[in-house]
Amino acid sequence: MFLLGNEAIARGALEAGVAFTTAYPGTPSSEIALQFFQISQKTDLYFEYSANEKVALEVAAGAAMCGLRTMVTMKHVGVNVAADALMTLAYTGIVGALVLVVADDPYMFSSQNEQDSRYYGKLSGLPILEPSTVHEALEMTKYAFDLSEELKLPVILRTTTRINHSSGEVTLGLLAERKTKGAFEKNPFAYVCIPAVSRNLHPKLLNKYAQATAIADQSSWNRIEGDGKLGIICNGVSYGYVCDAIQELGVDHFRVLRIGFSHPFPDMLTQRFLEGVEKVLVVEEGEPFMEEAVRNCAQKAGITLPVHGKGEGFFSRLYEFDPALVKKVIAGFSDQPFEPYRPIKTDDLPEAPPRPPNLCPGCPHRATYVAVREVFGDEAIYPTDIGCYTLGLLPPLNMGDFLISMGAGVGTAGGFARATGRKVVAFIGDSTFFHSGLSPLASAVYNKHDFTLVVLDNGTTGMTGHQPHPGVYLGHLNLWKNPISIEAAVKGLGVDKVITVNPFHYRKTVDALQQVAAYHGVSVLIARAACPLYDRTLPGFKKKRPFYIKAETCRNHRDCIGKVACPAFYVAGEKVTIDADRCTGCALCAQICPENAILPMAKKEVSE
Amino acid sequence: MKTIRIMIVAVGGQGNILAARVLGEAALAEGIAVRMSEFHGMAQRGGVVESMVLLGDGKGYCISDGSADVLLGFEPSETIRAASKCNANTVVITNTAPVPPFTVALGKGHYPDVESAMSLMAGRVKKLIAFDATSLALQAGSSLALNMVMLGALAKSDAVPLSQDLFVHVIKEKTKKQFVDINLNAFEMGMRAFS
Repeated sequence: MFLLGNEAIARGALEAGVAFTTAYPGTPSSEIALQFFQISQKTDLYFEYSANEKVALEVAAGAAMCGLRTMVTMKHVGVNVAADALMTLAYTGIVGALVLVVADDPYMFSSQNEQDSRYYGKLSGLPILEPSTVHEALEMTKYAFDLSEELKLPVILRTTTRINHSSGEVTLGLLAERKTKGAFEKNPFAYVCIPAVSRNLHPKLLNKYAQATAIADQSSWNRIEGDGKLGIICNGVSYGYVCDAIQELGVDHFRVLRIGFSHPFPDMLTQRFLEGVEKVLVVEEGEPFMEEAVRNCAQKAGITLPVHGKGEGFFSRLYEFDPALVKKVIAGFSDQPFEPYRPIKTDDLPEAPPRPPNLCPGCPHRATYVAVREVFGDEAIYPTDIGCYTLGLLPPLNMGDFLISMGAGVGTAGGFARATGRKVVAFIGDSTFFHSGLSPLASAVYNKHDFTLVVLDNGTTGMTGHQPHPGVYLGHLNLWKNPISIEAAVKGLGVDKVITVNPFHYRKTVDALQQVAAYHGVSVLIARAACPLYDRTLPGFKKKRPFYIKAETCRNHRDCIGKVACPAFYVAGEKVTIDADRCTGCALCAQICPENAILPMAKKEVSE
Repeated sequence: MKTIRIMIVAVGGQGNILAARVLGEAALAEGIAVRMSEFHGMAQRGGVVESMVLLGDGKGYCISDGSADVLLGFEPSETIRAASKCNANTVVITNTAPVPPFTVALGKGHYPDVESAMSLMAGRVKKLIAFDATSLALQAGSSLALNMVMLGALAKSDAVPLSQDLFVHVIKEKTKKQFVDINLNAFEMGMRAFS
């Protein structure tokens, strides 16, 4: 069976009898949750998209305390949100099983940083498993549940994008029966982490840590291959590159320690490995996590040998590795001649034009941004947030001055406003608003900050593939019929000035922005219109009539491409034209054109 | 079996991932080990989509510069962007119909001269086949069948040890029922385009 890495993880969980699953979507982890969502519609598997990663972990922790087998999935930066709960959940431990899937993203294909989440294992004291192949992702996920139940601890399954988004052949096992109902046995002096309790729990965690170390030392996920004198220690996808490089170099000088159970680090096994080799190369993407552990082992065992990993002539902490890089470093490490790949000459080829992602045709965020720019221009400071709308950063919209993490658009806005006295307009999406916009907004109201928050409400989590959030209506699926009102939430947090607009009503949006701008204090504009990609998947969707540019009327002001820059426009000869296939009929550009030269196509032209 | 590395590049919406999947399933049906990775960060928002398909021996899921045995380009400027994956023995099969990025479409960027770029590349690789695959897909019944045209050309190229019948079988099994006829037409047209 040919599966995507993320499908293999979901399958592994089902084969382990997972009964309770939660997630906040985030690339590259999202497809795991999608599997659970779909399966939960047809079986007794419980799944929820929680409001954020911390909530996801907490909900699952509650179920795991009652003896259920649970899984929580998130991207690497999501663990930062969940970390507060995670650190002390390691103290209480759990009764059933809890497997936390953390998907790291080296090279930042779709992320704001490339943090190495293995350090969360070290910080919390929890075990970490790292698969090297898609098949192993399935098997290791299954094992993670057993390990979690054995140690009574959450177990971290750490992947990288190149596992999540790779496909490979897997052998399926049988699906296990789910235990969907548990029981909670009260034990407040073991579970309520007041200082006196936690002082007992920390040593308990250290005991489990010692137990986990012993398991890691014996684990078949950590194995030695070959018996050469040159040691290579590797993990994750790097293991595949190492094997391929050794095969291609065609020599047997090497002894490889593949680490799959990477925290607690298998000290005894590593010491045995080090005793048989002259020097060691550690091959790991990201930070020198294993390299530090290996040096530590060597020191404890009194072994003196060169340990290479990160550094000049070896590997970088930056980005993804690739097979050629690993082969080159191994060849250098072992003084082997090797035939490098020889790419064809490309420096005289014409440059391929950049193809940056862009807000889609008919995206309501574009409409909001055009209006904000008309009202505030370059005068205001624009803290922004995580989602499709981050793409407003690109010209000609130029909407986005600061971005670090989810919710930080609202949080930083008060700081920018107080420090400069300038107008500040912060942006946040609807999913991000529920994820982490509520507390900074409450704080801003209470501390009497002065800024405008624009909630870009497209009715879904757009960027990660249209997952629901607490504000989403899913009545057509017989799910969530009573979404939470963003207006009510904002007003409930004490914001007095709240206006909701449809951003495709351009003049009304500009008027509303002027009103909120004139207000002193925290004001909120909710710009609500559906994500066009999501909208067209809903029942009853009807494509609107596309627009065209009437050549006789057009005076080539080009405000359409200078201010709006919708991807449905293209320049043909001297004039701007609209691609009718891509135009969604949102009518934004028709309201911007100073000559009113943009008109809906007649019905009969559309049907042709 | 020695590893065969096939790099597939396209623009969001051109069906790259499905093409890679059909190729992968065909190899599996033939008993050949397959590893594949796909990168489609913001494909729906106009970005680049890359698939790497590795057949045969090996454990890695990634294709380094200079190591592709085949470069299958669904869009000519993407073929140019991925040219560094090629070496002197690479077979390049590329569509010549451009999908200009919006910056170019708005007159704010320059689209390369495809013909001269392809003739430069042709002299540096084992074989380069360039043809208007988008037109063929339209003739077959839908621009969405572009991926099947490209697979047809790949099947005919002998760059992968998979028979054309095998592809036909997988297309019948794995693509949506209502598109099977168009897909098979498109596949045939792709085969004829490779000469």
